[in-house]
Amino acid sequence: MTTPTRRQAFEARQRRRATRIAAASTGAVILALITVIPLAPGWAAVKRSFFNAEVFAKTFPGLAQAFLMDVAIFLWCAPLIAALGLIVALMRDIRSPALYPLRLVAILYTDVFRGLPVILVIYLIGFGIPGLGLPRPWNSPYLWGSLALILVYAAYVAEVIRSGIESIHQSQRAAALSLGLSQTDTMRFVILPQALRRVVPANMNLFVALQKDVALLSFIGPVEIFRQAGVYKSLMANFTPYVGAAIIFLAITIPATRYADHLMNKQRKARS
Amino acid sequence: MKLWITTAAALVLATAATAQNDCAAGKTLSDGTLTIATGNPAYYPWVMNDAPESGEGYEAAVAYALAAEMGFSADQVTWTRTSFDQAIQPGAKDFDLNLQQFSITEDREKMVDFSEPYYASAMAVLTTKKVVEAGATATPDSLKSLIWGADANTTAVPMLGELIQPEKDPLLYGDNADVTAALQAGQIDAALFDLPTALYLSAVVVDGGTLLGQFPAARTENPDEFGILMEEGSALKPCVDAALTALKDSGKLAEIEATWLEEATAVPVIK
Amino acid sequence: MDRLHMENVQKAFGANRVLDGIDLVIEPGQMVCLIGASGSGKSTLLRCMNLLEPIDDGRIVLGAQDISEPGLDPQPVRQRIGMVFQSYNLFPHMSAIENVMLAPRRIKSLSRDALRPEVTALFERFGLADRMEHYPDQLSGGQQQRVAIIRALAMRPEIMLFDEITSALDPELVAEVLDVLRSLRDDGMTMVLATHEMGFARELADVVCFLDQGRILEMGPPEQLFGAPKEARTKAFLSRVL
Repeated sequence: MTTPTRRQAFEARQRRRATRIAAASTGAVILALITVIPLAPGWAAVKRSFFNAEVFAKTFPGLAQAFLMDVAIFLWCAPLIAALGLIVALMRDIRSPALYPLRLVAILYTDVFRGLPVILVIYLIGFGIPGLGLPRPWNSPYLWGSLALILVYAAYVAEVIRSGIESIHQSQRAAALSLGLSQTDTMRFVILPQALRRVVPANMNLFVALQKDVALLSFIGPVEIFRQAGVYKSLMANFTPYVGAAIIFLAITIPATRYADHLMNKQRKARS
Repeated sequence: MKLWITTAAALVLATAATAQNDCAAGKTLSDGTLTIATGNPAYYPWVMNDAPESGEGYEAAVAYALAAEMGFSADQVTWTRTSFDQAIQPGAKDFDLNLQQFSITEDREKMVDFSEPYYASAMAVLTTKKVVEAGATATPDSLKSLIWGADANTTAVPMLGELIQPEKDPLLYGDNADVTAALQAGQIDAALFDLPTALYLSAVVVDGGTLLGQFPAARTENPDEFGILMEEGSALKPCVDAALTALKDSGKLAEIEATWLEEATAVPVIK
Repeated sequence: MDRLHMENVQKAFGANRVLDGIDLVIEPGQMVCLIGASGSGKSTLLRCMNLLEPIDDGRIVLGAQDISEPGLDPQPVRQRIGMVFQSYNLFPHMSAIENVMLAPRRIKSLSRDALRPEVTALFERFGLADRMEHYPDQLSGGQQQRVAIIRALAMRPEIMLFDEITSALDPELVAEVLDVLRSLRDDGMTMVLATHEMGFARELADVVCFLDQGRILEMGPPEQLFGAPKEARTKAFLSRVL
């Protein structure tokens, strides 16, 4: 091992100092929170209603079980969202006048579904379409609720993919065309693979949001974690099950968002 | 012996009646006013026309009778509205009493106070004529095979498991309107409600709605009994309980029930 | 092999007249160098020959075919005219060999295996045999530009267009790319270059054109253009760059 240079020694000292200060100030803040919050007059009541160990232990397994439903809904929606989002993004890129109606549909579609609250779409599609008198199993809330999620999220994914396509420099298109490749091949082999790679982090964030919004399907019947927590809350007149549900969500969404951020940073560094 | 009991009861009643005027004194949110909460909206037949001030509807009538028993004139009663979640959230409540078909359960009682029950509800099966035409009957086997729905905030959810044990997982909703929407859309075949609510929904809300039958309150080990919800440790509870007992003993409560929940008795009982 | 013939080519971007009546004939086997200041229209002229930019007026004729005909399918034309860019424009998500094989695979429907001998030979010829599986970001600028040339050659074009292909390179890497051009010249490839490498143009070009404000102000063999320019603006330009 070589002896550190003067600069390295200096930087090491600086780093140690910064770590000490950060640790001390974090400790002070946590200590303050732990001592101050319980002093609030309502703390005992809040603790009983929201952080009730007994209720937590009783309901957590049921919540975890119900969360499997969220995961299942997510798993069948995600690939369909990716596929539809891609198709819509490509439709928006159509330049041929004969196919203009397709482009118009794509534009209207993204405008409408990005402009509506998810819950509204779930209500309208989840109750509205089955209300037309479809027979079972074609009126299932799982089916139409999922379709609502797919329609909303594919609109966002389409916009993200489109922004990715537009972010690829014109010179790549020119290089591909100059070789004699068709417009379609240029998109398929040159532009799209680069665009999709570039929008992975943005799409990851969308899919984290999707995992959370799956809970909105509970409004039209499916008993997933949010609804199950509501049932426990009602039966026990206690909000602790919601805290349990929040913990389960965070266990999935925090690692996923951190990973998306990590990818995003990596990409930023690679491009600079 | 009989005479002695009657006398004793009369005595208790008399003492209670005089004491009640003072019982609630200084224990309400604001002196000389009894603040009572109901749902938003409040439903028939519990409150008529969503106007509890009229005293019409079973819960509205009970509220005024109770207030009178506790020594409050009708003028001294003010109404407010809360959701279920607002009723159970920790912190200061903005009501003295809350009546909106809250079922008394052991778990809930750990968090809030309930009065003595003021109504013991049968559970009824709300469905549509279409489902009945398709062959659904009020037999356990037929009921098990249906797809069930319920309001997630009600005790109908555990009742489903206890009384029916459906083959498929029930679908649960945030309020009555969503349950009926799902019923109308054919996503569920039947839903479990307390009998008066079921009667109202089948008659007024659901197109082609009908009741397949009822499970009388006595059918279950934990009958669905409605209590008046109060803050945990409420000082009013003894006064409310005493007043309710007085209303029961005097036959006033039964009279109110006969006035507003009369039709309930006409629904066939599920064996 | 056909001659490329331009007649009164006009091109404007908005109010900016980039090409203002270009007349130029490129004979088979010739090497033509376009010189001139930035913005004089060299790059645009090359992009018009490759149909990357449609021209506003005039004609570009390849053999007997008017390739500037509006509405013409540009694909077959581009397959006959290869182009290499200043910024290499390799596809960053593909290895060097995949970059080269993409167009022949898609357009000529040849399999990778069928293409491999010819493509490998090209890599070997230009000293990149050990770089075939590398990705563009693993290659130096000079290596990337040579791969770009190989990519264009793999389509066996009749004419090659080079748009300032050494301008983005570090000085010590310029030579390896110019060597490739020399080698192509020896093969008798028809080439049009927009270039700032005056020494190279003087050494190898058959014809040198001086572009100024979208016109060919002066053209001729290198000895004449570099040795005895007639126009004052040509002289001024040359005195600045030589």
